[in-house]
Amino acid sequence: MTSTVFPKTIKWEDEGTSRIPLMAYTDESTYKKELERFFYRNHWCYVGLEAEIPKPGDFTRTVIGERSVIMVRGADGSVNVIENACAHRGMAFCRERHGNRKDGFTCPYHQWNYTLEGDLQGVPFRRGVKQDGKVLGGMPPDFKMQDNGLTKLKVATRGGVVFASFDHGVESFEDFLGPTILACFDRTFNGRKLKVLGYNRQRIPGNWKLMQENIKDSYHPGLLHTWFVTFGLWRADNRSALKMDVHNRHAAMISTRGNSLKASEVSQVARFKEDMQLSDPRFLDIVTEPWWGGPTAVMTTIFPSVILQQSVNSVSTRQIQPNGHGSFDFFWTHFAFEDDSDEMIQRRLRQANLFGPAGFVSADDGEVIEFSQSSFETRPFQQALAELGGHEVTDTDHMVSETLIRGMYRYWREVMEAPE
Amino acid sequence: MMENLQDWMALTRLYADYASAVDSGDWNLWPEFFTEQCVYRLQPRENFERGFPLATLSFESKGMLKDRVYGIQETLFHDPYYQRHIVGAPLVRKVEDGRIHSEANYVVIRTKLNQLSTVFNAGRYVDEIVATPDGLKLASRLAIYDSEMIPNSIIYPI
Repeated sequence: MTSTVFPKTIKWEDEGTSRIPLMAYTDESTYKKELERFFYRNHWCYVGLEAEIPKPGDFTRTVIGERSVIMVRGADGSVNVIENACAHRGMAFCRERHGNRKDGFTCPYHQWNYTLEGDLQGVPFRRGVKQDGKVLGGMPPDFKMQDNGLTKLKVATRGGVVFASFDHGVESFEDFLGPTILACFDRTFNGRKLKVLGYNRQRIPGNWKLMQENIKDSYHPGLLHTWFVTFGLWRADNRSALKMDVHNRHAAMISTRGNSLKASEVSQVARFKEDMQLSDPRFLDIVTEPWWGGPTAVMTTIFPSVILQQSVNSVSTRQIQPNGHGSFDFFWTHFAFEDDSDEMIQRRLRQANLFGPAGFVSADDGEVIEFSQSSFETRPFQQALAELGGHEVTDTDHMVSETLIRGMYRYWREVMEAPE
Repeated sequence: MMENLQDWMALTRLYADYASAVDSGDWNLWPEFFTEQCVYRLQPRENFERGFPLATLSFESKGMLKDRVYGIQETLFHDPYYQRHIVGAPLVRKVEDGRIHSEANYVVIRTKLNQLSTVFNAGRYVDEIVATPDGLKLASRLAIYDSEMIPNSIIYPI
């Protein structure tokens, strides 16, 4: 008898995506295919901020999917992204997390040396060793330095943010985002220089897609996150919009904080606390910034690798670094703008207490993802449901819909079900 | 630097009391270790050493600590767990204008209900301690942690 609890293949009920088979989160071969088709092919993935590597030779080590890469500023000032794998024996040679390497990178194993662009420039004993008038060993005559560089990625920079792709045939970054999401991107990254405020890292034991879904799920913030509901930061009755690119892979959840801070539509929400008062209101010392152009929160999901956060005065990038089907590292980079006043930087830092692995709001999200995954693992034959707002995939002018999750899975099916 | 045994005992007692309090589950005890105007910062070592101001939690008053306690008790959805602090002997760096500058290594072990105990957060406290009519209080406590990859979330005070 074949098992029904642990199916061999993913089965969707129909052409729609409002019922998601849990096996999409639990199957290792599906995960490997996702790495291949989303992280390594045909997509741009987040790498970092230009502000992290201001000078030639400055580098940071990060990952795309599971592959270790180095973002480094070249001698000519341009940003290069190269794979951290020696062309000789394949070792991940770069062990520092950041630093400066003006003279390029050297693999400690056999001292192969590369330029900041990833070109091979030194191979010890390439021409062998001379002894008793004879040349012993060395690389064969047909060995070509130019054929043995590091893997170079295609790089796109926009507004101080760096994306890269292993796939040199990928469309332009602008086409990849599409006009709707590009506008959300440009709203924050509008040319002002960025200033890194610092990092947070957390390992969340859940499938990486659950984090994309969490920030496409406009249903939960006004229910799970007491702080959001109570202080009006994210409520079902806020003026809001859900937008997608033409492929439905990227999305933006847009919300404008309401003026009526109490009662009304949310009095039925269990986690709404009418009497809640802050002992120190500086956590929510919100000052409207001109670049917002209205909305007080825009959460943009760039598929598959990053979430761009503007939640009142707190801005960050949140990179998804998957490691296996059931776990990912979530890497937060908080930043400010170089023309910010000291007061504004303080404000952004204070509001950062809402976010990250211990945040008043975001800690909840890591927890619910962990308990979703641990449940999925025990019963992959069942489904999760995303039917709020109907079955269709369409932009909305409210947040009471799971349209963005259905959209993401429509795209996921297109890519994953396509023949090789 | 520490003039007498009594001062030293008061200092080590503060460290022991703090560990006992944050492991007790009675979160209301925690803000009382601090002065009204205080600093509490839980920060990855990388940010601390590279001079980045971002902390995982960054509080600037006893009021903010109380808001955190309210958050733990009422607003943060989380998996409940026990925590156990193992705190090393304090190292007094200097005493200046009645302010003790001291440090201590710590390890926090987390035990989720029905699960195994695991090392949760390891680091060092960097403290500034002042004498008040109610005894020694923390004017500033930085918990600078080596465990930069947080196992999902940190809910309770370190």
